[in-house]
Amino acid sequence: MSADREAILSRVRGALAPLHQRAALPDWDNELIHMRSLRGDVDAWTLFQNRMKLVNGLSLEGAPALVAWLAENNWTRGYCDPVLWPRLQAAFQSGFTVETTFDRTRIDDYQFGITRAAGAVAETGTLILTDGTTSSRLAALTPWAHIAVLERSDIYLDLQHAVTALANDPNIVFCTGPSKTADVEGILIEGVHGPGQQVALLI
Amino acid sequence: MKFQAIDQFAANLKPSTQAAVYDGSKKGYDARTKTLFDHFEDPNRLRRVAGEIKQHVVENLDTYLPQVEAKLQANGVIVHWAATAEAANQTVLDIMRARNAKKMVKSKTMVSEETELARFLDKNGVECVETDLGEFIIQIDGDHPSHLVKPIIHKNRRDIATSFEKHGLGAYNDDPQTITQRARVHLRKKYLEADVALTGANFISAESGRLVLVTNEGNSRFCLAAAKTHIAMVGIEKILPRDRDLALLLNLLARSGTGQQLTVYTEFITGPKSAAQPDGPEEMHVIFVDNGRTDVLASECRDILRCIRCGACLNVCPVYRQASGHAYRSVYPGPVGAVLTPLLAGKKFPEFADLPKASSLCGACNEVCPVNIPIPDLLLRLRNKGKEEHVPSPGTPPMGPWALLATQPTVWKSALVGGKIINHLPTKLLPIPALRAWENKHSLPEWKGGDFRKWMRNRPSKPTTS
Repeated sequence: MSADREAILSRVRGALAPLHQRAALPDWDNELIHMRSLRGDVDAWTLFQNRMKLVNGLSLEGAPALVAWLAENNWTRGYCDPVLWPRLQAAFQSGFTVETTFDRTRIDDYQFGITRAAGAVAETGTLILTDGTTSSRLAALTPWAHIAVLERSDIYLDLQHAVTALANDPNIVFCTGPSKTADVEGILIEGVHGPGQQVALLI
Repeated sequence: MKFQAIDQFAANLKPSTQAAVYDGSKKGYDARTKTLFDHFEDPNRLRRVAGEIKQHVVENLDTYLPQVEAKLQANGVIVHWAATAEAANQTVLDIMRARNAKKMVKSKTMVSEETELARFLDKNGVECVETDLGEFIIQIDGDHPSHLVKPIIHKNRRDIATSFEKHGLGAYNDDPQTITQRARVHLRKKYLEADVALTGANFISAESGRLVLVTNEGNSRFCLAAAKTHIAMVGIEKILPRDRDLALLLNLLARSGTGQQLTVYTEFITGPKSAAQPDGPEEMHVIFVDNGRTDVLASECRDILRCIRCGACLNVCPVYRQASGHAYRSVYPGPVGAVLTPLLAGKKFPEFADLPKASSLCGACNEVCPVNIPIPDLLLRLRNKGKEEHVPSPGTPPMGPWALLATQPTVWKSALVGGKIINHLPTKLLPIPALRAWENKHSLPEWKGGDFRKWMRNRPSKPTTS
């Protein structure tokens, strides 16, 4: 396809040759995309919690709160990142079956998946997942509930900060609420291909 | 009576389809306005700057394309180039055959709609499954999408339930929750069986080679968690100069398209999975597709290449709302389609020369465009092109008498006085097809010509002060 490469680039050069002047790249100030909600002093975690609620996500503090919520929903079978498990294990009572390897041949056996978040964006209620911090892409995606474990110091205030600080990682996913669609008559349905419940767990 | 193709289509549209399209597009427009103006002091400044950035990219593609290619290669991505739709499809097939791959899952991409990739692969013995819910329904129905971000805006739940039943996806049930759940179960198997995942790209940063994908359903995430090979088909105009420009454009894209701050999933992909990650592609290919874009670049309408496919211009357009997307007979409907379709058609321009004329030039498309494309200006340029190439224009009234009136002041004045006879004429019987068509749905107001001149003459020379 190197013939196509040359063909395309020479057509591009030909198309642009008659232009006397090319449009310059504008510089722009971060203030341009500063949201009204971020005026004044804002606590990132509080803002994140409020924003996450607006996109039908759920935020919890501490492993016991998570276990209580899982028990309430009767979700007892799940996956946990092996690095996190020693920190969370004590909170899980008997009755839970938690695996630390994810078996892709029986993805529907997992009702929840617990993995680490690399960070969060407060203004949008977004969790940031990366290849480096996610122990299994499938485990963070296919169970009905995904729990992303977050540390307070990893929360960016806005999108601008988060995007300019993107990690050197091949697969970074910003998750803003549960998987959803409005394809059928504009009616909102959650849990299409990904989690129907998106949880941020602060520890 | 003979109309132009788009008018004919609108006239034959089922009332239920028209209502579905009208409601869906209006909802999208209302949500857009609310989120943009609630969140930003001056959203119009964001649009203007974003437009300048994209215009800069379009006019410097000769520099940016080799730059982004080098960056992608440095990131471990295999880069391909395809001048035509056929070349793009063949490249995909060649990659698959070389890996003995038989099954593909596909996330929504407009450029693959242009090349009709799914049909091409199907003919060549490759199973290619659309995974976006709307696109999946389009695929099993053998239909075409009618909106850029809401592909099945023209269908209702009963249509969908009927086709699910027909295709063995369960007994008739038109509850949207059940429909979605059934698609979830069906498609999970497809993801896990697939050898190759195909996506598009919303943006590519020339600075880092990051390829950005936005979805709400999570289908592209699933594609990139299950398959071993990732192929991205990317139009050559998708580049942004810097990573920080991504932040600006992402702030505009979802708000403009669906009224969300961000879509649920925004993925930044720079290459194959990392070594420690158990799931995901071991190799990644990017195919840069021209397919008529360099012709657009060479035309006077190159500004349309700024488009980020948000669909805001469709939602606000009074013509789209009445005619629906299929009236545009191509991949790109609405105002953006009225510009892009005739240009991408190349030699088939005359077939689509009616599209730029189906507009009152109200300018709403320009006002909502996140990259501030002057669509009405571009429509005028294309109307001119049609005229210069002598494309027939059925239904357009003869403009000769009008030209005579408008260029001769004395004739104009006498017409104003004489025009009063119109009030006494049965205009519905006049043999002017365009007037008759118009009068089918409207009635002509009473002629009051000449009153303004009278008022102007009798008006005091200086405004009175009190």
